[in-house]
Amino acid sequence: MRLELRGITKRFGALVANDHIDLVVEPGEIHCLLGENGAGKSTLMNVLYGLYEAEEGDILLDDEVQRFAGPGDAMAAGIGMVHQHFMLVPVFTVAENVMLGHEQTRGGGRLDLDAARAQVREISARFGFHVDPDAVVEDLPVGVQQRVEIIKALSRNADVLVFDEPTAVLTPQETDELMAIMRQLRDEGAAIVFITHKLREVREVADRITVIRHGKVVGEASPTASDAELASLMVGRAVELTVHKDAPTLRDNGLRVTDLVVTDEAGTVVVDGVSFEVSGGEVLAVAGVQGNGQTELTEALIGLEGDVTGSITLDGKELVGRSVRRILDEGVGFVPEDRTHDGLVGEFTIAENLMLDRSDGPPFVRRGALQLAFRDRFAREKIAEFDVRAQGIATPVGRLSGGNQQKVVVAREMSRDLRLFVAAQPTRGVDVGSIEFIHKRIIATRDAGVPVVVVSTELDEAVALADRIMVMYRGKVVGIVPADTPRDVLGLMMAGISPEDAKGEVTA
Amino acid sequence: MSADHKTTQLDAPLSETTRTVTLVSWKTAGVLATVTLLYALLLVAVPHSGDTRFLLSQRSDFFQIPVVVLPSAPLAWVCAVVLLAVTAVAAVLTARRRRTPTWLVVVYSAAALTGFLAWAGAGSPRDLSIVGLLGGAVLWSVPFVYGALGGVIGERAGVVNIAIEAQLLGAAFTAAVVSSITDSAVAGLAAALLAGALVSLVLGLFAITYHVNQVIVGVVLNVLVVGLTSFLYSQVLVPSAETLNSTTRFTAVPIPVLSDIPVLGPVLFRQPLLIYLMFLAVPAVWFALNRTRWGLRLRAVGEHPKAADTVGIDVVRTRYNAVLVAGAVAGLGGAFYTTVQLSQFGENMTGGAGYIALAAVIFGKWDPVRAAFAGLLFGFASNLQNVLSVVGSPVPSQFMLMVPYVVTLLAVAGLVGRSRPPAASGEPYVKG
Repeated sequence: MRLELRGITKRFGALVANDHIDLVVEPGEIHCLLGENGAGKSTLMNVLYGLYEAEEGDILLDDEVQRFAGPGDAMAAGIGMVHQHFMLVPVFTVAENVMLGHEQTRGGGRLDLDAARAQVREISARFGFHVDPDAVVEDLPVGVQQRVEIIKALSRNADVLVFDEPTAVLTPQETDELMAIMRQLRDEGAAIVFITHKLREVREVADRITVIRHGKVVGEASPTASDAELASLMVGRAVELTVHKDAPTLRDNGLRVTDLVVTDEAGTVVVDGVSFEVSGGEVLAVAGVQGNGQTELTEALIGLEGDVTGSITLDGKELVGRSVRRILDEGVGFVPEDRTHDGLVGEFTIAENLMLDRSDGPPFVRRGALQLAFRDRFAREKIAEFDVRAQGIATPVGRLSGGNQQKVVVAREMSRDLRLFVAAQPTRGVDVGSIEFIHKRIIATRDAGVPVVVVSTELDEAVALADRIMVMYRGKVVGIVPADTPRDVLGLMMAGISPEDAKGEVTA
Repeated sequence: MSADHKTTQLDAPLSETTRTVTLVSWKTAGVLATVTLLYALLLVAVPHSGDTRFLLSQRSDFFQIPVVVLPSAPLAWVCAVVLLAVTAVAAVLTARRRRTPTWLVVVYSAAALTGFLAWAGAGSPRDLSIVGLLGGAVLWSVPFVYGALGGVIGERAGVVNIAIEAQLLGAAFTAAVVSSITDSAVAGLAAALLAGALVSLVLGLFAITYHVNQVIVGVVLNVLVVGLTSFLYSQVLVPSAETLNSTTRFTAVPIPVLSDIPVLGPVLFRQPLLIYLMFLAVPAVWFALNRTRWGLRLRAVGEHPKAADTVGIDVVRTRYNAVLVAGAVAGLGGAFYTTVQLSQFGENMTGGAGYIALAAVIFGKWDPVRAAFAGLLFGFASNLQNVLSVVGSPVPSQFMLMVPYVVTLLAVAGLVGRSRPPAASGEPYVKG
């Protein structure tokens, strides 16, 4: 089925998320929608899927104008979507998830689970998915959950398939498998829309590329275009894709983690016997697929986890068992994974957010009173230094873009005397310009002799920043390897294969 | 379960496994120890001597079982020993990071109860009727069970039904008026159903359509209905009590053959229609929730409304549907007060039963069958007071009135295991 979007315009208040976007996707074609976070890709697809209603424009399927009141209509018309955040009910089985919304019933209104199971098995067999229809979704690895999403779309005979940032949660190997599945679907005649901001994937799989920036189509590109060309089209100016850094100058002091075990509330050992050292002046990147204990590791470093055993020493001082305040006082800077949730108070101004961790005494507070003049001077200095683009220091942080919000967090955490810097997903949901800036500051911190731990699920970022890379899988350390380790080996390690075996498998 | 239990198959490489450890809490052992201590104090501080007469059948029964007469002090002390033993076992298990099995708690409860009854009934010339104890428990559990079913249905769809109390009371009032006017208990029951659904409609309007905090709406509704029914009661029902507040009640309908089974017969099968309906409603709700399209969609909306929306399920409509059904079911429980228990409405006559039903929802881990059993337990606790007052128990009746609430507190605080509410429970669904 041929999909055409004609002049789609979607506004949220004053913000124009989609500005007269035209897009044609032919059957048997993988059409890549490339753009930065916040460029309007997902909004466009939500319009297509009936989740949002466009102010202007038409959706045409095989040249017929469609009216979608909701996702049900879009699905009925043959549009399927694999969502970035899976739209699966975690406590349901695969079969229940697949049948939901178009259930077949037997006598007495009973659900016909057998029919759903058969359908799951049939589609699984067609694509070699190995999905058990009776498995509970939350017990499945994310890669398999994504396949359930694909089965869900296919079970409704979707001819147009939209993949919204599908690789964000996958290992490189799983990504390769997904690409193969997308090609197979294309060869069967599906029209595929692939939304991403990862240049590598675009060039690998796309038949055509449309680039979106600030809600507008800024051009088409050929899959043979170079990374630099695609990036500059996406960002609107030439960008530096690599991080320049000199060989590290190591210092004796640093972070030493020994046999760290973190147990969560359900009794799962989320960090399992992790040991590593980071010297001053070195970046250790923690790589791995989301949810393999990295979050809990960073939270344990800052004292946010409850059930922790083992030892964390910083310059010889034990941190386990100390309160967060006392750990911060030891000179630990921490950029949390989810800035809007853990890093900032959205309703507070930039100035207030910049002093959140300094409210316990001078110079920000004297005799219980906030030193407003000092606070504002401090904030003005910091937003200049960290290039925070905002109307002023009194702007609520919630109104800033993702990149500027992150710069506020980084500014706050870097403006104390640091003896350890921990950053979790420092550039998630951040525009390319801000990524460059944040990366430079992280390297500058390292060059100042501070041990740095960066957690990133983006392998490119981990490789770019790291002096050494530690890969985690199911709470354990798979291995700690040099930064120039081949991507294939790292990818296999992210699936839990030891560095030795991974190297053997890659060279074989 | 071993301390480091592997969650995946053994043939997976070592790195494939995520280790889990069993986390135990001293909560259960602590509650058991506290109750044991209180019980022992009771026996020591207020010793009773004499015999306790346990009556197992009624005069009208087909099979007659002789009265069991037991010396109360030895029996009470034997029970105390059992309590102590179970507490010790629970403590040892906990120290070894193992959970206390449910059957052990059941043994404990039975021993505690027997001992308490032996103590309370000691020396009384009157018989302690076991049938009355259990049959009354079934009867008294009616509002709790229906209320809990209503709570389960609402919450599985993502709407916390705090308004059970309002649904019970509103339904009790409506059933009283309609049953009085029509001289028909069945008409009263139908009216109760509608009244419960009406309260739900208001809850839905605020909680679903206007995204108001569900707990606040629920509590406000509870207070509102107390005020409204009390006002109408004093202004309308009291002046014309003869015509408007003198209900026709359901009478006990013995089921042939079944009702002649010793002990169980009179307990389960010599009850009014509303109770038989309850026996059917519990499995029916379970079936509807777990085996039908209606239930699947309802649960989807309560777990992950956005996922439901993306497959074309109307979240708002599904939630309204669930909340209305929940209110109607709870309404049946409200009818108990004025068409079974009494033949007239009284101010605030539900007295917090809705909150106990809510506790039963949590104690029952959002499962209709478990919640119904929890309701039965609370019904038993409520009935205990009636039975003991017949025997002439030394415990002040005001104190016994606290029992259902204390039992609720102990059950929910001390004995509920790990449970997970529906993921989207209490969260309004806002599109986009």
